[in-house]
Amino acid sequence: MHEYSLVQALVTRVEEEARRRGALAVHRLSVRVGELAGVDAELFRTAYQTFRAGTICENAPLDVKQVAATWSCPRCDGPIPRGAILRCAACDQPARLDEGSDALMLDGIEMEVP
Amino acid sequence: MCTTCGCGDPEIVPVELHEKILAGNDRAARHNREHFLEAGVLALNLMGSPGAGKTAVLEATAKAAAAKGWRLGAVSADLATDNDAVRLERAGIPSKAITTGQACHLDAELVHRSLHGFPWQETDVFFIENVGNLVCPAIYDLGQRANVVVLSVTEGEDKPLKYPVMFKVADLVLLTKCDLVPHLDVDLAKVHDAIARVMPRPRVVEVSARTGAGIDRWVAWLEELRRPITRPAVPRPHTHSAGESAHRDGSGGTDHAAAHPHAHEHEHVHEHVHAHGGTAHSHPHAHEHAHGHRHDSAGDVHEHGLGMHAHAGDGERSHDHAHASAARTPAPIRRATGRAPLERKVKRSSGRPAPGKPPARKKAARKPPRARRR
Repeated sequence: MHEYSLVQALVTRVEEEARRRGALAVHRLSVRVGELAGVDAELFRTAYQTFRAGTICENAPLDVKQVAATWSCPRCDGPIPRGAILRCAACDQPARLDEGSDALMLDGIEMEVP
Repeated sequence: MCTTCGCGDPEIVPVELHEKILAGNDRAARHNREHFLEAGVLALNLMGSPGAGKTAVLEATAKAAAAKGWRLGAVSADLATDNDAVRLERAGIPSKAITTGQACHLDAELVHRSLHGFPWQETDVFFIENVGNLVCPAIYDLGQRANVVVLSVTEGEDKPLKYPVMFKVADLVLLTKCDLVPHLDVDLAKVHDAIARVMPRPRVVEVSARTGAGIDRWVAWLEELRRPITRPAVPRPHTHSAGESAHRDGSGGTDHAAAHPHAHEHEHVHEHVHAHGGTAHSHPHAHEHAHGHRHDSAGDVHEHGLGMHAHAGDGERSHDHAHASAARTPAPIRRATGRAPLERKVKRSSGRPAPGKPPARKKAARKPPRARRR
């Protein structure tokens, strides 16, 4: 249930940015959640619906972009098949988690400025 | 648009941030990490399911650590009760309970607050026993040097596959309750296989807190991590008032990332002796840390395991061996050059406690400071 504390961190950050830019309203939030971020996207949305009441995000829809987790070889860049041992069989290298696979990012805010 | 009469076009501005949602926690964690590094304390984040044996492993570690002259300390988190902290105190580990209420994990700020009023600076190895939970704690950096995931043999062979996020961040898996294996239908090879599918650098130490089996290998792993940590001659005082959270607001000296560059080194690469093959073998993995190692996380905990070269050529099956069991052999002899690294000389000459600081010990169970053995 840490989704609630994540949403809290998210809304706090958005409020800070809105204040900094003197925004009148926030229209939309975009976040990216990787499969290995440890966050359930649905639960995150639900937490957001609950938590945004009374904040500047009250009327701002939340776009959640989900990213599938992939691993690859840091040497040959070859993909590691899903569910396989996390090691490149050809190069004998431990796999590298590809970018975005564990992302938990606030990508952007659409805000209305005076 | 105009907010008075509604005239004009709305000015919707897209603001691109691409910022970690947990950036605030990460800042607080960097702050903690700096304190641990400055004080020469090896801090570890101990995670695992409720009942996996986190507290029991620490109890068993107390004896082995005492033999090495290490002073341990712990903060122990649970939703309620200070039972675990009481247990650890009884085992001779000065401890403090963190009751998180409804929170299912520790965050860096909670850890920071728990450090106030606790003599963590006087410890050599400081354990942060996280809330029993195999999910949420994984994503919160606390400022630890390394993540240790405690997994008991009773939890099921495929547990790692079910909780990949936790094992992805693990630097070491402690497979506990191994004394029960004869009584269970558990195939340890399957556990190792599952770990290798969620952990790119699988390192596992099989232990039994009850019999003490494997605890020496776990302590050897700790020793390896502790080696590059330098304890300062005079620890800088920590002056935050309780509850202060300067690093939350992002103002004022909060980004310590550049302030303590790379206090750890990789000089230990050649110090160990591989138990299986003598001392002369090459280290095919050396290139792995020659580039791309991450100093800001525990990720650079360095692997030289048997696990590495054992994989060469023999394919997938090789993952079934216990990587740690042989690889974690402690370094019984000095490096071949016979020269101790500079850091160590500094450490030895500095000694402890700090000049002018009485070796005050609140707990009767604590030992007076003494020269550390290696």
